[in-house]
Amino acid sequence: MSEYAIELKGISKYFGVRAANEDVDLNVKKGEILALLGENGSGKTTLMNILSGIYYPDAGHIYVDGQEVNIASPKDAYHLGIGMIHQHFKLVDIFTAAENIILGLEDGQRVINMKDVNAEIHKLMDRYGFDLDLGKKVYDMSVSEKQTVEIIKMLFRGAQVLILDEPTAVLTPQETDHLFEVLRNMKADGKGIIIITHKLHEVLAISDRVSILRKGHYIGTVNTAEATETGLTEMMVGEKVVLDIDRTDPVDPKKCLEIRNLTCLNQYGVKALDDVSFTAMSGEILGIAGIAGSGQKELLEAIAGLQAGTGSILFTDPETGDTEELLGKDPLKIKQMGVSLAFVPEDRLGMGLVGNMGMPGNMMIRSYRNGRGRLLEQAPPRNLSEDIKDRLEVVTPGINYPVRRLSGGNVQKVLVGREIALAPKLLLTAYAVRGLDINTSYTIYNLLNEQKQKGVAVIFVGEDLDVLLELCDRILVLCQGRVSGIVDARTAKKEEIGLLMTRHGAEPALEAQAGQETGKEVQDA
Amino acid sequence: MHSREKEPFVRIKRRDNIPLMQCIFIWAAAIALSLVVCALFIFAVTHSNPGAVYRSLVDGAIGTGRRTWNTVRDTSILLATALAITPAFKMRFWNIGAEGQILVGGIATAAVMRYWGGNVPTFVLFAAMVIVSILAGLIWGLIPAFFKAHWNTNETLFTLMMNYIAIQLTAFFSIVWEAKKGSGTIGTINQKTQAGWISTSFLPDVFGKFNYSINVIIVLAITIFMYIYLKYTKHGYEISVVGQSENTARYAGIHVKTVILRTMALSGAICGFTGFLLVSGSSHTISTSTAGGRGFTAITVSWLSKFNPFVMILISFFLVFMGNGSTQIASEFQLNESASEVITGIILFFILGSEFFINYKLVFRKGGKEETA
Repeated sequence: MSEYAIELKGISKYFGVRAANEDVDLNVKKGEILALLGENGSGKTTLMNILSGIYYPDAGHIYVDGQEVNIASPKDAYHLGIGMIHQHFKLVDIFTAAENIILGLEDGQRVINMKDVNAEIHKLMDRYGFDLDLGKKVYDMSVSEKQTVEIIKMLFRGAQVLILDEPTAVLTPQETDHLFEVLRNMKADGKGIIIITHKLHEVLAISDRVSILRKGHYIGTVNTAEATETGLTEMMVGEKVVLDIDRTDPVDPKKCLEIRNLTCLNQYGVKALDDVSFTAMSGEILGIAGIAGSGQKELLEAIAGLQAGTGSILFTDPETGDTEELLGKDPLKIKQMGVSLAFVPEDRLGMGLVGNMGMPGNMMIRSYRNGRGRLLEQAPPRNLSEDIKDRLEVVTPGINYPVRRLSGGNVQKVLVGREIALAPKLLLTAYAVRGLDINTSYTIYNLLNEQKQKGVAVIFVGEDLDVLLELCDRILVLCQGRVSGIVDARTAKKEEIGLLMTRHGAEPALEAQAGQETGKEVQDA
Repeated sequence: MHSREKEPFVRIKRRDNIPLMQCIFIWAAAIALSLVVCALFIFAVTHSNPGAVYRSLVDGAIGTGRRTWNTVRDTSILLATALAITPAFKMRFWNIGAEGQILVGGIATAAVMRYWGGNVPTFVLFAAMVIVSILAGLIWGLIPAFFKAHWNTNETLFTLMMNYIAIQLTAFFSIVWEAKKGSGTIGTINQKTQAGWISTSFLPDVFGKFNYSINVIIVLAITIFMYIYLKYTKHGYEISVVGQSENTARYAGIHVKTVILRTMALSGAICGFTGFLLVSGSSHTISTSTAGGRGFTAITVSWLSKFNPFVMILISFFLVFMGNGSTQIASEFQLNESASEVITGIILFFILGSEFFINYKLVFRKGGKEETA
């Protein structure tokens, strides 16, 4: 018997040439809660997918209870007593809780006695303090109940190690408290628990130790008792890297977009944006920082007319001074009102482009309504395609080649090129350089800077703090759908943004101060 | 730590792009193979020379003038049905309800013929038949589209079920309108007056002699219309975008619901019109077998031609040719109808199976050398 429930030694996993994990060590003791902390793309989920048998590591060793093991499939992980609770639940909607819990059990029995099963599950629930109606159908359940079913399912299968991927992201504070209570009971029972979370105050509240990953590398492990929020943030974001992105001062900034008290619900009916207010100015790049899923997607989609919500989104044409309300209008309506808005969405091939079409077909997404009558214009999209291909050096066998077969960087050039060709007043970009090589990334930064110099209000949702700090003029930080601060990108420290990203419930003073500054700029202008 | 899994003997790999010549070669090979297997089947049941059997196949399809015209007639109706479902399919709306949409169009046509035939001027009669057949098909297509657009119901099941309702309706009217008491069939409508029959006698030359030349001309016009509609119009573009990605469509400001409704209205309308062509233009009666499974065969035609209307002409001709030809085999060699269906089935199996080799290639293990099958 080993002290450790699980030990990972020197785990590496590569996707192509990119290292998702490189030489990562990690261990969880029995009867311990380990928090796994890291920014977006730091390799947490890849590492946990290796443990649960979804990915196979390219190098390294895994020990369960002191024995070296080979986890080649989720089935292997299950037999080793490793249970993973994903962010997106994997339950059968029309089954009851109990039916989901016993689904796929291999106990060799052909007949299921639901009465015995229920009694057994109840015993388990009493032991850890769960509260659940076993006869309830999944489609009637709240998110928290579904999560409970997932956890019981894993325990019922005899899991000794539980991995929870951001379990509190979808829970209310009360539900979170109850989850923590259950986790503590499980810990007392000798289970090893790994919890992935971005919320530092939760890390401090629930865990015994914290392991930190950064850009696929293992940074270190600290005892929670000795950890502070600032210390953890520094380990998480690391030293500032100098990138040398050109940044000019905004020229004659004017109010272009004013958002007041914007609140939106996501598909689960949970608040994705909560009372968000800010102003974006023409001729500046406003960065949006935040942990993935903090409401960035909903914010941009609400501005673009793809997401419903309450509050107000006012667009002011910097030249004419005309003001229009955008909230509650669809993209066509916004376009018809004469609002010149360009949007580079996160899902390039799934939302911004049609993968099976060539460049001209994709240019038409913005322009197919042009021209009189019912027929499509043929020449303008073709000319625009040729122009973008030459100017942005898109590598493609021909403009009619389906864009889904182009490399990620070229796909993005097609999308950004088309959006910039709209000559927008407001340009929204979401993760514009994700997955792109250095050269293409700089091409994109230059294009955005050009737009800024032309007086466009650019909103840049990003994940790399170094880029945000060097490219943007101001940075708005979202945390859990709320604005936790707006900082000046020229003077802000990386740790400051890191703290704002993870601080649940922003300090109102900071927000108010930032707002006042913005207000002053407007008046000066 | 772990031994790498042995590479399997053969892997299936998706093709990115296939040269046209290779594509034609695969098709030719599939047809040749299917003819060989058919020959084996024929020899097994008839013990006659497959060569003679294939001669009778060609004879059955285009052996005489009348047979040729029948093949052309059936081709035009199958082509019309395939054209009708294509816009819906391009939108990834699986309309397998063409059968029912044709039948309701046919019922509507038959009703006008029966009640108005001889009572109103010919022009009014035809206008009425065309309008009600189109409306009937349109409504039959719109019902599942409405539910899909508003509540995201499964259109495949919905359109399929609508077929059975249409078949039952046809059976109902067969009894209401039955010619002889208790026969349960309508018989030829307006046999004496031929009111509401599409007549070609006023046309010059060969067009006048051939009863179905108007059908053929109309369907060719629909073919050209559909080609232009899908490829060169704003509506056609919206259909493609909605079919590829609803999110992109929303992003482009396309009203997805409107496009679904509009496209299914068009699809149903052409099906209903095909029902008119069948009843007024060729069979002059209606029964539950009037559509004759064309609503389903049309799916094969539409898919095999990759939604290209001009390729559909060839594919539907080929399928009808094989179908009519094998009926002749069945009668000449004293086999029953099922034998011809077996032959058509074998051929379809190989053609549809060839799609696999067009989309994927087999990679064999040997020394990393990639071979194509």
